[in-house]
Amino acid sequence: MIEELATTQEGDLVINVGPQHPSTHGVLHLVITMNGETIKKVEPHLGYIHRSIEKMCESLSFRQFIYVTSRMDYLSSHINNHGCALCVEKGLQIEVPARAQVIRVLMDELTRIASHVLWWGALAMDVGALTPFFHAFREREAINDIMEETCGARLTMNYMAPGGVMFDIHPNFQKRVHAFIELFKSKIDEYDELVTDNVIFKARMQGIGMLSYEDAISYGCSGPTARGSGVKCDIRKLYPYEIYNKLQFEEIIETGCDSYARYLVRMKEMRQSLSIIEQLIDNIPEGEFLAKTKAVLKLPKGEFYSKVETARGEFGVYIVSEGGTTPYRIKFRSPGFSNLSALDHMARGQKIGDLVAMMGSLDLVIPDIDR
Amino acid sequence: MWSLSDITNSIQNALNRAFNPTFATLTEMVIVGICVIGLFAVLGLILVIMERKVSAYMQVRLGPNRVGPKGMLQSLADTLKLLLKEGLTPDGADKFLFNLAPVIAMIAAMLLLAPIAFAKNFQIWDINIGVLFISAVSSISVISILMAGWASNNKYSLLGAMRSGAQIVSYELSAGLSVLSVVILVGSLKLSDIVQSQENGWWIFKGHIPMIISFVIFLVAVTAETNRAPFDLAEAESELTAGFHTEYSGMKFALFFLAEYVNVFIVCGVGATLFLGGWMPLHIGNWHGFNHVMDFIPSSIWFFGKTFFLIFVIMWFRWTFPRLRIDQLLNLEWKYLLPISMFNILLVTLMAIMGWHF
Repeated sequence: MIEELATTQEGDLVINVGPQHPSTHGVLHLVITMNGETIKKVEPHLGYIHRSIEKMCESLSFRQFIYVTSRMDYLSSHINNHGCALCVEKGLQIEVPARAQVIRVLMDELTRIASHVLWWGALAMDVGALTPFFHAFREREAINDIMEETCGARLTMNYMAPGGVMFDIHPNFQKRVHAFIELFKSKIDEYDELVTDNVIFKARMQGIGMLSYEDAISYGCSGPTARGSGVKCDIRKLYPYEIYNKLQFEEIIETGCDSYARYLVRMKEMRQSLSIIEQLIDNIPEGEFLAKTKAVLKLPKGEFYSKVETARGEFGVYIVSEGGTTPYRIKFRSPGFSNLSALDHMARGQKIGDLVAMMGSLDLVIPDIDR
Repeated sequence: MWSLSDITNSIQNALNRAFNPTFATLTEMVIVGICVIGLFAVLGLILVIMERKVSAYMQVRLGPNRVGPKGMLQSLADTLKLLLKEGLTPDGADKFLFNLAPVIAMIAAMLLLAPIAFAKNFQIWDINIGVLFISAVSSISVISILMAGWASNNKYSLLGAMRSGAQIVSYELSAGLSVLSVVILVGSLKLSDIVQSQENGWWIFKGHIPMIISFVIFLVAVTAETNRAPFDLAEAESELTAGFHTEYSGMKFALFFLAEYVNVFIVCGVGATLFLGGWMPLHIGNWHGFNHVMDFIPSSIWFFGKTFFLIFVIMWFRWTFPRLRIDQLLNLEWKYLLPISMFNILLVTLMAIMGWHF
């Protein structure tokens, strides 16, 4: 309150951006205090899409609660499911078959590309170029078709299960992924030509939304947002799960600390994900895709935590079990929430047009923030 | 060659035979007024469907394809919808100014149609200060935007209007200077004289590099002046939802929309007249056979062809580039375009004095 009095003055322009606004990409509500076009303060108001998912999970069994998390960060639903499945497997000490591990990683990386592609289009739309959005959706559609064939869903996949994956991959899967790799390799160069090297785009992104190394850590940022500030935080490298430690890929670190650095991290990550898929797609081992588990899962009494790297950053699942068939308490650590908290710090003193570009560079998914 | 002027001449003769001269002139005025309103509506419809088709082509979509053949009547259906919608006036708005703003936008756009030469001898008003008239009247449109933004009692509208004010006032300068370079070479402000001077070649070809620079600056400046992307800061959909016309609906919104498209047509028409020879056909030096064939294409087709080519270029800008920020926009004008166009004016003047142009 004291700080509020100190910064807000008579004649300041207070604008409500959202909950219905073209560039909040969801029902995020920002109360912006401005002096002319210059932002003095950004105050995010949350809760418009709060569904109390964590509470809901307490009444669902350990098999069921996984699929509610598809509705959190809907753009990386595979990876959310994966994190939950990992946590349950940790509690029950289930050994996941090699085939399932490879399929899981393949799906995760495809999801990461799909999510980043959508982000790329949405960011370009935020800075005023409408065309990239449609180009992005064209490629995302190809991934969605692959997913649809194997998982039966296009957005909320619900494919991971404790002990592996629900179904085996579709016979067409490898062929279609190969086709996608060929397609996407040329398209990602096209993306770079259209947007990355554009003079106006660079002018809009470079030096905007500065988030220093220290600030990125103290705000708890993760994923590409933190890696754009030089923080090494890729869970796939630091705490490898599944077969990530056997794969050849780089953790992308940019030290620009601005929106453009975060942009570059995601663009390069798409290429890395593509190379991971290339390494795995011809080497899917034969065997079981789902480990044999009991019909009713009962986690032993205790606390379990597992984390995965979603397209947005670190996604953590914390389960407290009392030994029953449902979790006693569940807490999700969603990357978007922490990343959003840095927005006020980044936006102060910048123009309102930049706020939109900054929000784009944070890659916010609102249901992930509100849960 | 057949020309639109044949029609106007026959109408004038018929009127003069039937009535006394005063009444004939009055009747002509009424006919012209109706034609301008008709042209205004038709241009709006054509340009909207054109923009939607161009954007669809660039965005791997089909665009409107349901109403009429290949969706060509879509904008007609949209207009009908907008006419039937309620024209809402917000409670806190200044009602008089709020309702006046779209009308002023439309009137300014209509006035600008007057001095444009659509075809050979086919011009509503060949005023002897045509270029000056265009620069003067086109500045009126900023008043309507400021009025709309202020009267809406909406913060988004206000921000959009203030941006637009700063933007149009600045870009008027370099647009004016680049137009002036043609005026210096021709020595007349009259649009028919300017077109006539390009009989042997268009100014963009005759005027060496300085005219090409002028042309490019003109294109950039008018894109900014008509509030089109990448300079669409007054609307800035992703920042200010819809900028100055956030609160407008129904026909009042449609008037702004129409005025924007007609303004695009007018600035492209002016660009075609000044730099690309207006209704003059393409002539190449001593190629008499080629020149003769070109003469067979009616002058109106030449004018509209060139204008629509420029409109396509401006649409191409819109669907390719990201939007600039307000300070970058003003930097571009005051730090780059204005000094360049001032230096360019000196070059053109030198060229005109020494007679270096063809």
